[in-house]
Amino acid sequence: MSAAPRVVPPLLQLRRLTVRYGNVDALSRLNATFPSGQITCVLGENGSGKSTLVAVLSGLRRHDDGQLLVAGEPVRFRSPRQARAAGIATVWQDLAVAPLLSVWRNFFLGAEPTRGMWPLRRLDIDAARELAVRRMAKVGVPGVDPDAPASALQAGERQSLAIARALHFGARALILDEPTTPMTMARQTLFGQAVLAARAQGLAIVLVTNNPRYAHLIGDRFLLLAGGQVAGNLTRDDVDADMLTALMAGGEELSTLTATLTALHPELGER
Amino acid sequence: MDTGHSARRGGPAAAVLPPDRPDRPDRPVITDRVPSFGTPQTDESRSRRLAGRALARPSLPALAGLLLVSVVFAVQNLDLLGWGSLATVLDSAALLGIGGVAVALLLIGGQFDLSIGAAAVASSLVSALLIGNAGWGVWPALLASLAASLAVGLINGLLVVSTGLPSFLVTLATFLILQGTSLAGSHALAGSARVGGLDDAPGWGSAAALFDATRQLGEGRFRVSLLWWLAVTALGAWMLWRTRFGNAVFASGGARRAARELGVPVRTTTVALFCLTAMAGWLLGTLSLVRLGGVQATTPGLITAVDFIVVAVIGGCLLTGGFGSVVGASIGALLYAVTREGIALTGWDPRWFQALLGVLLLMALLANGEVRRRLKAVPRS
Repeated sequence: MSAAPRVVPPLLQLRRLTVRYGNVDALSRLNATFPSGQITCVLGENGSGKSTLVAVLSGLRRHDDGQLLVAGEPVRFRSPRQARAAGIATVWQDLAVAPLLSVWRNFFLGAEPTRGMWPLRRLDIDAARELAVRRMAKVGVPGVDPDAPASALQAGERQSLAIARALHFGARALILDEPTTPMTMARQTLFGQAVLAARAQGLAIVLVTNNPRYAHLIGDRFLLLAGGQVAGNLTRDDVDADMLTALMAGGEELSTLTATLTALHPELGER
Repeated sequence: MDTGHSARRGGPAAAVLPPDRPDRPDRPVITDRVPSFGTPQTDESRSRRLAGRALARPSLPALAGLLLVSVVFAVQNLDLLGWGSLATVLDSAALLGIGGVAVALLLIGGQFDLSIGAAAVASSLVSALLIGNAGWGVWPALLASLAASLAVGLINGLLVVSTGLPSFLVTLATFLILQGTSLAGSHALAGSARVGGLDDAPGWGSAAALFDATRQLGEGRFRVSLLWWLAVTALGAWMLWRTRFGNAVFASGGARRAARELGVPVRTTTVALFCLTAMAGWLLGTLSLVRLGGVQATTPGLITAVDFIVVAVIGGCLLTGGFGSVVGASIGALLYAVTREGIALTGWDPRWFQALLGVLLLMALLANGEVRRRLKAVPRS
C-alpha cells in the first residue's frame, strides 16, 4: 500500500512504532493507520499494549523507535500540550473533567473566552455558558445546566463534555481510552452519539475498548493488539460482532493459531 | 429512552445515528441533532440539582454559623450590637479577613501557607529597620519590604513547584526561617526586639492616612483596615470567579493533572498564589506597623497562620483544594471575631475561646467533608 500514490496521508499513522519499558517491548514494531472520518477501535486484553498506545498518541509517553506521523509528518511529542496543539485530543475516563468545577468552566478550561482590557479582562461568562450548552446539545446532551458542577453529570455525559470540548477547539483526532466500562446501555448510547458526532465532523477517532460488541456497533475499523503487536487489522466488512468477540476472547493464542494455520494453509490468509 | 422524555429534557431529537429503535418506525427524525438519552427529569433529580446549587455556595454554612453565633451572643448581652463592640469586631475581622482571603485562594489552588504571619512580622520589621536605622523615607521603605515579601512568596512558590514537596512543610520551613531571622535580626540591628519611634520619618503622615485613618461613629472607632479588608475581599472574589486566573486556581487545586492536560498554567498559577499571600502578609504587617508606630518582633507563634487557615476553612474551603470561596473566608473571619468579642462581652472566661473555635472548625470540616462527598459522588447512572 506504500507503493500507491497517496494524495492525502492518513491523519495518524504508526510505522514500526516501538515502546520499551526496560527490556520489555510494550509495543513492538506496530504498523497502523487511523484515517480521518473513521472510528478505529483498538481491542485487546489487559497488557496487550492498548494503554501504551494511548499514552504515545496523547503525548504522555515518547516512543523509542519507529515513527508516529500526523498528517504525514513524523512527530515526537514532548508533552500532552504538544499533542493538543497538533490537534490530538485525548479523553480519559478520569482526566476528562475537574469534578468540582461547573460544566461551562470545565468546557473552556485553559482556553476561556474573555472580554475587556488587561487589568479588567474578565471571563465572558454569558457567551461561555451559552456556547457550552449549545455544544453539549450537539453531541447529544441537550438541556445541560451549565452552572452545575461537573460531578453532577452522569459518567457518559462527562465523556460527552470532553468530546464536545475537543470538537469545539478544533481537534483533528480524538483518542478515547476505556470509555465504556462503568456505563450502562443508556450511557453507552449517549457516548456513542458523541463519538458519531465527532466522526461526522471528520475527526480521526481512536477508540480503545474492552467491549467487542460495542466496538462492532460503532467502529469502522478494528485494530486487535496482543502482546504489543498487531494481532489483526480488520474492517467492518471483514468481521461480524461474534467473530470480533471470539477474536477478543482468544487473544494472543488465537493470533499464534492464526499465524500457524495460515502458514500451513495459505488459502486461509486470503479470506 | 423515549421521545417523551427527550422532549422534556430540552429539545427535539435528531439524527446522526440511524433510528436506533427499529420497533418504533414512527419516531420523528427531523432536526440536525442526535436523539437524547439523557437523564429523565424526575423530581428526584431536580431536587438533587437544587441541592447541587446550594452546595455550590460554599460560604453558606459560615453565613448560617455567623447568624447563629450573633443571635446567641446578642441575646446574652445587647452590648454586642453597639457601635463600640461593632468597631472592635470589625477591626479584628479585618486583619483576619485580609489574611484569610489570601489563604482561601491558596487553599482553593491546592496549597498551604504557614508562613504568612511570620512574613507579616518580618516585612514590617524590614520597613521599620529601613526607616528607623537606615533613615529611609517611609514610602521607599514600604516598597522595599513589599519587594522582600514578594521574594519570599516567589521562593515559597518556586520551591513547592520545582520540588513537588508538600507546601505545608515548605512553608513551615520558611516560617521558622523568617521567625528566627526576625528575632535575631532585630536584636542584632536595633539592639532590642522593639523598633519604634518612626513617626517623624518623611512620608509618615501620608502612610498613616492610608493605613491608619480612623473615623468615630458613636462610641466606636472604625479603622481604615476595614476598607482594605473589603477591597481585598472584593478583588479576591472577582479574580476567583470572573477571570481566567480564577479558573486556573480552581482547576489547579481540584484536578491538577487534568488542568495540566488542558494547558492551564498550573505552575505559574501556584507561584502567583504564593506571591499573593506574601502580599497579604505585607499588607497586614504594614497596617500594624503604621498603627503601632513601630514593630515588636515577638513570637506570634504558628497560631496566626493557623488562624487564617481556620478562617478559610470555616468559610467553606476544602483542604484538598478545588473548592471554596473568598467571600466565605471573610464571613469566617467575621464569625471568628464575633465569637471572640461575644465571649469577652458576656463575661465568660476568654480562655474558652479556643475551645469554641475548635468546635466551629470541626463543624466546618464535617460540613465541608459532606459537601466534598456529595460533589465527588459519581452517580451509578
